[in-house]
Amino acid sequence: MAELLQFVFSGLTVGAIYALVALGFTLIYKASDIINFAQGEFVMLGGMTTVFVTLAGVSLPLAALIAIIVTTAIGLALHRFAIEPARGASPVALIMITIGASIFLRGVAQIIFDRRFHSLPSLFGGDPIKFGGAAILPQSLVVLASAMVIVTLLWLFIDRTLLGKAVIATAANRLAARLIGVDTRRIVDFSFAVSAAIGAIAGVLITPIALTSYDVGTLLALKGFAAAMLGGIGSALGAVVGGLLIGLFEAFAAGYLSSNYKDAVAFLIILVVLVSIPQGLFGRAKIERV
Amino acid sequence: MIILQTDQLSIAFGGVRAIDGVNLAIESGQVYSIIGPNGSGKTTLFNLVSGIYTPDDGSIRLAGEAVTGLAPDQLARRGLSRTFQNLQIFSRMSVLENVMVGRHRHERTGIFADLFHWPSVARQNQATVEAARAALARVDLADSASRPAGSLAYGALKRLEIARALASEPTLLLLDEPAAGCNPVETEEIDGVIRSIVKDGITVVLVEHDMRLVMNISSRIHVLASGRTLTEGTPEQVRSNVAVVQAYLGIHGSQESNRAFH
Amino acid sequence: MRTLLETRLLPAIVVAVIVVILPYFFPSAYYFRVGALVFIFALAVVGLNLLMGFAGQVSLGHAGFLGIGAYSVVIGPVYFGLPSWLCVFVGATVSGAVAFLVGRPILRLKGHYLAVATLGFGLLVAIVLTNEAGWTGGPDGMSVPRLALFNWQVRGSDSWYWIAGATLVGGFVLALNLMESPTGRALQAIHDSEIAALVLGIDVARKKLTIFVISAMYASVAGSYLALFNGHVTPDIAGFLRSIELVAMVVLGGMGSIVGSLVGAAVLVVLPQALTIFHEYEQALLGFILMVFMIFLRRGIVPSVAATFAGRRK
Repeated sequence: MAELLQFVFSGLTVGAIYALVALGFTLIYKASDIINFAQGEFVMLGGMTTVFVTLAGVSLPLAALIAIIVTTAIGLALHRFAIEPARGASPVALIMITIGASIFLRGVAQIIFDRRFHSLPSLFGGDPIKFGGAAILPQSLVVLASAMVIVTLLWLFIDRTLLGKAVIATAANRLAARLIGVDTRRIVDFSFAVSAAIGAIAGVLITPIALTSYDVGTLLALKGFAAAMLGGIGSALGAVVGGLLIGLFEAFAAGYLSSNYKDAVAFLIILVVLVSIPQGLFGRAKIERV
Repeated sequence: MIILQTDQLSIAFGGVRAIDGVNLAIESGQVYSIIGPNGSGKTTLFNLVSGIYTPDDGSIRLAGEAVTGLAPDQLARRGLSRTFQNLQIFSRMSVLENVMVGRHRHERTGIFADLFHWPSVARQNQATVEAARAALARVDLADSASRPAGSLAYGALKRLEIARALASEPTLLLLDEPAAGCNPVETEEIDGVIRSIVKDGITVVLVEHDMRLVMNISSRIHVLASGRTLTEGTPEQVRSNVAVVQAYLGIHGSQESNRAFH
Repeated sequence: MRTLLETRLLPAIVVAVIVVILPYFFPSAYYFRVGALVFIFALAVVGLNLLMGFAGQVSLGHAGFLGIGAYSVVIGPVYFGLPSWLCVFVGATVSGAVAFLVGRPILRLKGHYLAVATLGFGLLVAIVLTNEAGWTGGPDGMSVPRLALFNWQVRGSDSWYWIAGATLVGGFVLALNLMESPTGRALQAIHDSEIAALVLGIDVARKKLTIFVISAMYASVAGSYLALFNGHVTPDIAGFLRSIELVAMVVLGGMGSIVGSLVGAAVLVVLPQALTIFHEYEQALLGFILMVFMIFLRRGIVPSVAATFAGRRK
């Protein structure tokens, strides 16, 4: 029982990170129909920038803030300089652009930073809290709480503000949104910026637990994407549920089967979901028009 | 002979009954038109008959054979072909190649023969080219054969789709608004093409908004409104049907309707 | 059309001439090595181009088939005592079979979904290769027994230059043949409009599966050659970056351009070799090139150059 609880804790912790990555995917996809494969690099940049700014003597909270700002700026730049100029390209071309961006950011990161693994100190110390026979790190609670706060804020923002409504309008019908005066380009700008910020926050949060290096982005992006798919791409609720589920599956697979194959779980899920329920748990099926 | 028959054909999208209990019985060798206001379900009916949608209810028979639920390619191999309202051109290929694809169901394909270019493939390619050229000539596009399909004008693309469908030697041809966006001269050409197709014994089912074309060319007309059959009959019967006029233009629009129908 | 049929194999002839002539300009044996690498990659890229450029189906996991091919020439000889040349064929058969099984469900997917599903497949192959250390040597990989053909121990870059060059010409011929066949036309039709292809009687699902299997076999042979040529193989051969590199080569040379496959492979093989001093910039460069090409030169080198010339002639 204690063992099960332990797996649940660790599953939920990584699951929360996957959920944040999936949320980043969802936000950009909603606003622009683009799957941004550089989403994982936002997480990497958040973590790595924080590490290296603290190494330069800056306090952790300030370093984290700087990292988030830098990553947000990079997210904006990605949209302005790589996505915008390619407007009207096929989905595959856009995927290739974001993959190019992902490899580019990774390559630049290994030049600017280094190729080693790094960690950050945990905000509330490293002593695990005992709970029902299982141990949970304080940082895991921070991750879960922060993820919850981010999801709530995002929901409030979308639901309660005019800009949020504009995002929904853009997601529903870009042309119609433009016709009623929504500056859809700014909405997409905004979605890239917020996705980058969320990714960076996830990076800062997870680094004390999971270590970071220049190349953690790819796996995170893929698992986050699997989460978004599982939940139904375009559904924010689906992203969160999908993220937590994938985290749990992975933790159970690592615990009960083989930790070697824990990374395979997410991809098996991707394949199974895509083939059996392509619309995901919370998504809607599309009708093909001719 | 009844070439196409539907019985209580129905399909709904998200609760909206796009086609609701439609019965068709189309005699072979004629032009049969389906008309109706925008959104009345004409294209949906085509999509059902050509296998792109699977009906929720009802059945379809092609030349007496039950074909409900068959995929479009299976129907194509049984002699059904169609064109599209919003063109579906192979724009990366040349005009001739587009029509050559239309020959697909008559070509023998074997992956090894194709990879190693066995003599049979070369012979067959030659036959395909000749048949495709003949189909292009029928729609007056022979001169454009080597042009990239994407470079043709709209009216020519409409005719290219017809040529491509003809190349497959269908017994039943569904034409979805072949004259839409065409000028009067082009419409006249389409009229001529359709007449020549029927002369060859191919049954044509036509969805079209150009009432002059429809009234001139059709043996029978089927009128849809909101997914249901409003009436069916000869052009004269349909023309004099008050319900049709009202469906098109509302009760107050009868003056315009007169212009449209006469 | 007559001239078209006659020129069908022109690109293959051009490549054959290039393969034969190039060595006269090689100042050292090192160039044979680069040439062999270019040809091997080009072989995989021709296959992927058939899938992506002609049929319009993306695969972000094609390195998985490189991996299957590469490990076939290790596992076959080492554990089963099979001759290496036979294992090249065995690998291609296994790759084809895997492609058939995987392709059946996932080729129904489109756009993003297909991209992600193939990506997932590629990663699964890499994960298996990494973890089944008993068979594959794990993350450190294994050394590959040398190819022996009729008592001829194939070693040296020049031998591989000729083997890879000849195979590439063969790969070109098959690809060019296919494009001028009913199957090839059907595939190009599917690329532009699946619905129109269906309505003309093309069994779209089967045609996609056919080309997926063929392109997997191209990649597999290239993977086998790569392993035999390098003498060592690690799971990186099946990794995500390799898959992306293959796609980048297709895109760079030009989607749907068979000649472009060679050009794309040449650029991305030669460039890092020429820039070895900037080794750590390799990834950044690959990413940058990919972005720039997809933004500004989406059609790729060969089609863009061809269009420029066609424009001038007018």
